[in-house]
Formats: sequence, structure tokens, C-alpha cells
Amino acid sequence: MHEIDYESPTSLADAVAILQKNRESVRCLAGGTDLIDHLRTGRIDARQIVDVKKLPELQILEAGPEGLRLGAAVCCRSVCAHAAIQQDYTALADSGAIIGGIQIQNRASLGGNLCNSGPAADSIPSMVALSGICVIAGPDGLREVPVEKFCVAPGKNVLKPGELLVEIRFPKPAAHSGSHYRRFIPRNEMDIAVVGVAAAVTLSADGSQFVAGRISLGAVGPTPLLAEEASTKLIGKPVNDDAIAAAAAAARELAAPISDMRGTADYRKHLTEVLTRRVLSAAVTRARGGKVDHRPGW
Amino acid sequence: MAKKRIVSTTINGDVTEFLCEPRQTLLEVLRDTLHLTGTKEGCGNGNCGSCTISMNGRPVTSCLVLAVEAEGADLRTIEGVARGSALDEVQQAFLEEAALQCGICTPGFIMQTEALLAENPDPTEEEVRFYLAGNLCRCTGYDKIVRAVLSAARKRRMTAEAAK
Repeated sequence: MHEIDYESPTSLADAVAILQKNRESVRCLAGGTDLIDHLRTGRIDARQIVDVKKLPELQILEAGPEGLRLGAAVCCRSVCAHAAIQQDYTALADSGAIIGGIQIQNRASLGGNLCNSGPAADSIPSMVALSGICVIAGPDGLREVPVEKFCVAPGKNVLKPGELLVEIRFPKPAAHSGSHYRRFIPRNEMDIAVVGVAAAVTLSADGSQFVAGRISLGAVGPTPLLAEEASTKLIGKPVNDDAIAAAAAAARELAAPISDMRGTADYRKHLTEVLTRRVLSAAVTRARGGKVDHRPGW
Repeated sequence: MAKKRIVSTTINGDVTEFLCEPRQTLLEVLRDTLHLTGTKEGCGNGNCGSCTISMNGRPVTSCLVLAVEAEGADLRTIEGVARGSALDEVQQAFLEEAALQCGICTPGFIMQTEALLAENPDPTEEEVRFYLAGNLCRCTGYDKIVRAVLSAARKRRMTAEAAK
């Protein structure tokens, strides 16, 4: 690895100051599971590394009546183990449990996954479906950006020089809500999504009608995508196979994948429809208080 | 050259200080500076798990940790697993079940198994396979490793039961 300087500030103001001072050649280090590898292979040429794990704001993990505050450096394993996330923000736990193996999950964070802004990132669709809002700190203070607007191209996002992601905030889901994330990979674990789909739904009190829904697609475009036209198809519809199939067909139309070694564009469009159907069904099961018996790879 | 840093850690129960450059990984320092060569480098990018150690009670791939990040950390490596000259249940089970051939992946598998059994003393075969998904072995085909892990778990539960 080339030479680097390392700082581990304990206040946001210090972190922003270091980021600003070194704006041409600086990167934040959270779990490091992508960054350290990219530094070693020369894919990233940063000379100043800012370890953000000692910033208390980035380690917040709090769920309450206002919703969930997820610090950008909280590791996947802590996300998966959190009772309120398992209960109310389940798609986040679904994502956290399939990013790398356990060793990676003990380091990698959802905030880091978001900042890497990969089109196939496993946690971004879940954060989009659950209406996450990014809180960004910079020289001018804090600003907020919805997760679906954060990524702008493969590996690129809205962060400007001197800025860092502090936390992602999620509104508390209404009663009778459920969410799920699932991806397709040709193996059981440890792979990159060919397609990933997340959905969050809210049903009427008797569980018979869709009140709200948000579907998000991964690996079918340059950035993870909020499938708005597919989501609105659900609203006001009875919960049945037809409504779910209509939303899944709309999701397929919104998918604009490329062909690469993991799959052709046609195959990915097909997977988008199938996964959307399955993910919506699982989210409905959870919204009705049921358990989803889905284990990745089985 | 970037200034070297002094890092204070606890490794296998001993307070240990070392000097390192910010660009050095924890794996590099463990092996080359501290001569704790039981931890192996496989892929060097977090895929194979052969460099797995415990950091503050959690298994991590030490090739993806900067040594400077270990300031204040409690580390455990394969050298800290045996009790004196007696192998612990996991090491013994790997031997008895012939769960290794070339042995490069073994320290990582054992560290990951220790973490699994600390969390879940009675794992199912499926849970074992899922927890060890981040460790690769190119010799054994995994069956003997899974059997060794289940056998170690059984033995440890029996010991715990007997101690009651």
C-alpha cells in the first residue's frame, strides 16, 4: 500500500476540518472493507485517511417513537442484532446479514455501503424502501438528502469536498407495515447481487388493502432505484396476487440493466419481476405480523 | 515516510505496544513486527478468512484492518487459543476429525469457530455453514470442518454440563 496519513478525530468539526484541508486526496474510513482493499490495489489514491469510527454521531443506533437513527459507521452485525430493527425495519437486517461473511459484517457499515455508491450495493434498496434520509455534515453545517437521491452514478454520490455522511434517519413505519430485501446470486452466500429488490408496505388494519408501498431495485441501473411507478400501483389495491403481479410487471419495465458477466439485461429484467413479486409477498406477510421463512441460499 | 505511530493493544491477554506506519495492516504487524505468524495471509482482500482474528470480541479479517485502528483494542489470535500446552476443544476436534490438509486456512477457521461457539454453543449444521461462509478451504471440501465444529460444540457443552 502507498503511504498514507491517518487521523481519527473525535468531533465532527475536527473531521470536517481535516476533510476540507485535504480535499483533493482524502477518504473517510469506516469499516474499511472496501477502502483498505482499494488503497492496496491502487484503485483509490487517497493520501489522508480519516477514521470516522470515533465520532459519536456516526455510532448512534437509536429507535424510538420518532423513528430510527442509524449512525453511518454502525457495523452490519450490530444492525442485524438490534431488536427494533428486526421488528420494524426488517429489510435493513435482511441486507446486513448478507453483505460478505460474518467477519466483514463486523466491520462494514450501511453508511459505508451507501458512500461507496455501488449499483449492486445490498443495503441501499432497503434504505430507500424504508424512506431513509441521509444527514450530511460539511463546512456549512448539516444538510439532508433522501437516500434515493444520494447516489448519482456508479461510485459517485452527492457528497461534496469537505462533507461526510453522519447518519441515516428512518421514519417509524405505521402500524401494519412490513419490509424485506432479497437478492439473486448464483451461490448461497458471499456474492454480488445480480438483482436485488427491497420493498416496504403498509396495509389497512385488517390487512386486506395496500395503504402505502415503496419498492427499490438494485443492480438494474447505474444507481439503486426507487421504483415509483411500480410502488404507486399498489396503493388502494386489495392485497392479492394480481396487485402484486401488476407492481412486479411495472418494476420490470423500470429496470434498465446492463449485460455483464453476472447476467444479461433480459435476464435481469426477468429477475426483477420475479424478485419483486416474492419480496412484496414477504413484506405483506411481515405487515400482517407473520414470520418470513427466507434464509439466503436455501 | 509517514510518521510511525505507537499503538497500545492487548494481545492474547498481554499488554502489547508496537510501532507501525499508518499504511500497515494489522495482519502485517502481527506477522512481521510481532512475529505472531499463526495468523495467515490468504487473499489479502477479505474474501478467504484465513487471517481471521478476534478484535474486541468480534471476528474480523485482519488484512482489512489498519494496525493503527487497533489502538486500545483487545485482540486474540490463534496463538491465544490453546491453554498452555493443551489444545482447546476446537483445535482438538480439528485434529481428530482430520479437518485440515494443507493447514493454511485452519487458524482462520478455528478463530471463526471460537467466535461461533461463544455466540451459539449449540449450532445446527446449517448455522455452522452460514457462520463459516467467510472462510475458504481449497483442500477439504468443508464436510470434515463442519463435523469438527459440531464435535467441538458437543464436547464443550458436555464439559459445561459436567462442571455444573
